[in-house]
Amino acid sequence: MMKYFSSFVHEFKKNRPLFIMIAPMVILIFVLSYIPMSGLVLAFKNYRFDQGVFGSAWNGFENFRYLFSSGTGWLITKNTILYNVLNLITSQALAILIAIAITEMKGKYFKKISQSVIFLPYFISWVIVGTFVYNLFNYETGLLNSILESLGHESVNFYSMPGVWPIIICLFNSWKWCGYNSVIYIAAITGIDGECYEAAEIDGANIFQRIKFITLPSIKPTIITMLLLQVGRILRGDFEMFYQIVGNNGQLYNATDVIDTYVFRSLMQNSNLGMTAAATFYQSILCFIIIIVVNQVVKKIDKDLALF
Amino acid sequence: MNSVPLVKSQKIKRGSARICFDITSYILVGFVALICLLPFIVLTSGSFSSEQAIRFTGYGLFPKDFSLEAYRLVFKTPLTILRGYGVSIFITVVGTSVGLIVLSLAAYVISRKDFKYRNQFSFFFYFTTLFNGGMVSTYIFYIQYLNLKDSYLALILPGMLNVFYLLIMRSFVSTIPMALIESAKIDGAGEFRIFKSIILPLLKSGLATIGLFLALGYWNDWYNAMLFMNTAEKYPLQYMLYDLLQRTQALARIASQAGIQVENMPSNTLKLAMAVVATGPIILVYPFVQKYFVKGITIGSVKG
Repeated sequence: MMKYFSSFVHEFKKNRPLFIMIAPMVILIFVLSYIPMSGLVLAFKNYRFDQGVFGSAWNGFENFRYLFSSGTGWLITKNTILYNVLNLITSQALAILIAIAITEMKGKYFKKISQSVIFLPYFISWVIVGTFVYNLFNYETGLLNSILESLGHESVNFYSMPGVWPIIICLFNSWKWCGYNSVIYIAAITGIDGECYEAAEIDGANIFQRIKFITLPSIKPTIITMLLLQVGRILRGDFEMFYQIVGNNGQLYNATDVIDTYVFRSLMQNSNLGMTAAATFYQSILCFIIIIVVNQVVKKIDKDLALF
Repeated sequence: MNSVPLVKSQKIKRGSARICFDITSYILVGFVALICLLPFIVLTSGSFSSEQAIRFTGYGLFPKDFSLEAYRLVFKTPLTILRGYGVSIFITVVGTSVGLIVLSLAAYVISRKDFKYRNQFSFFFYFTTLFNGGMVSTYIFYIQYLNLKDSYLALILPGMLNVFYLLIMRSFVSTIPMALIESAKIDGAGEFRIFKSIILPLLKSGLATIGLFLALGYWNDWYNAMLFMNTAEKYPLQYMLYDLLQRTQALARIASQAGIQVENMPSNTLKLAMAVVATGPIILVYPFVQKYFVKGITIGSVKG
């Protein structure tokens, strides 16, 4: 320990300017990310604002018991995982399809323009996306309803139909991220050695065989990295998306509430902070465990694909 | 002799597979591109329609009963919207410039191979992407211990803590040859001098890329404003828009439940006009900055 410390002092003296350079980031991360981690103890406390995080009394696993015995804990966990799995599969699959189609395209202008347009939703804030959703689906003036009406059908109140929202959320998630993700896959595909394709051409492979036997296997590492990154976040819904798409429609909570939206609501309404803290506690811990486990498994299969 | 017809039929097969693929891919990409563009068209055309037309026939692809009423209303109280713009520009400019300094300094240090603790520091940063305190404790710490309620710092600081950007920046820095730094050292330049006169000029495209990511994040941020801001005068544009949407939506819902007509309020078109005004700047600069984002994403995906 002493030895380690003295070597640190030595290094500090030698490279003082470098330590000064890195200090702002270190301080920011320490104050704004590491110190709040200690707040996770709130999950085991009966938090009172006047007593602060550390002054509040301990109450063991009481918060967790409440969270899960009320059924909320299970519901939001189930929703979070289901939405993430669904979103992960659909958005990545669509991005891969688009990336393959665009890289194989010959029309230069069509390629360029369509790529730009598909990338556009990434740049729009979720507030605007929320506006889109509302204007598409609302009962009085929504675009879908005005189309239905002009075709002689009855208007549909989507906001009282919880069943359709998983599909809507999934569609908008793919819509927002398709361009971003396809940029990554396009980069991976253009990185493939052209000789492979030429050889396949000579051997008489058609385009579908080429995609199946060259393109897809070559971008497998990218696909796995993307999946890894997403799986680690499987207990974190994209809060901004859920909040803006669903809003404060109580009717839809059973079908759309994820851990983050639940936590946010209780935080704003100041209702049972202990239960809320318990939810974020097990979210943080489980996320961490999942990342470590998945990464270890991937490491076993192929060392180069692991994240760390 | 036998092989000639075989090759020919194979070629035809290959050709028809190609045509089949081309048709499918053009339809798929064209369709997705259309879906990506459609909401923007509906939004813009709606904002130029009259409120009555929207209320009776709903939204469409083209302006119905062309009217500038909504825009007139948005700019009727120009102070409000200008203030929103002002706050957004302020946090975007300050956040992006300070963020770039902090991130590029840190990225430079952790990419210096002769710096003994580079891996420890990298891990110190990286760990926060794996594990964090969650929304509740972060919120309580920001409010109760750091006193950030209603402070612009609450809008600026969280956006800088992006370890992902730090790693992209590190990739940019590591393309600069170490020999340059060493020779500058031999010439007697100090670390800060090296950073300022050698690293920064060579890091231009990295700074542009990360700067744009940061700026986009700040411009589109409403979440931190919702958590931390109380005073309406301090709302950035996006949150101001959200606030307005919520209020008119709530108003419309109450009115329709009670059977009252809120006839005189062009709430639908007003929202759309606000959305157009808030998104406009992004759409305008988008064609010029797109390539930087593509570059950043590509570098970021090659293992951070």
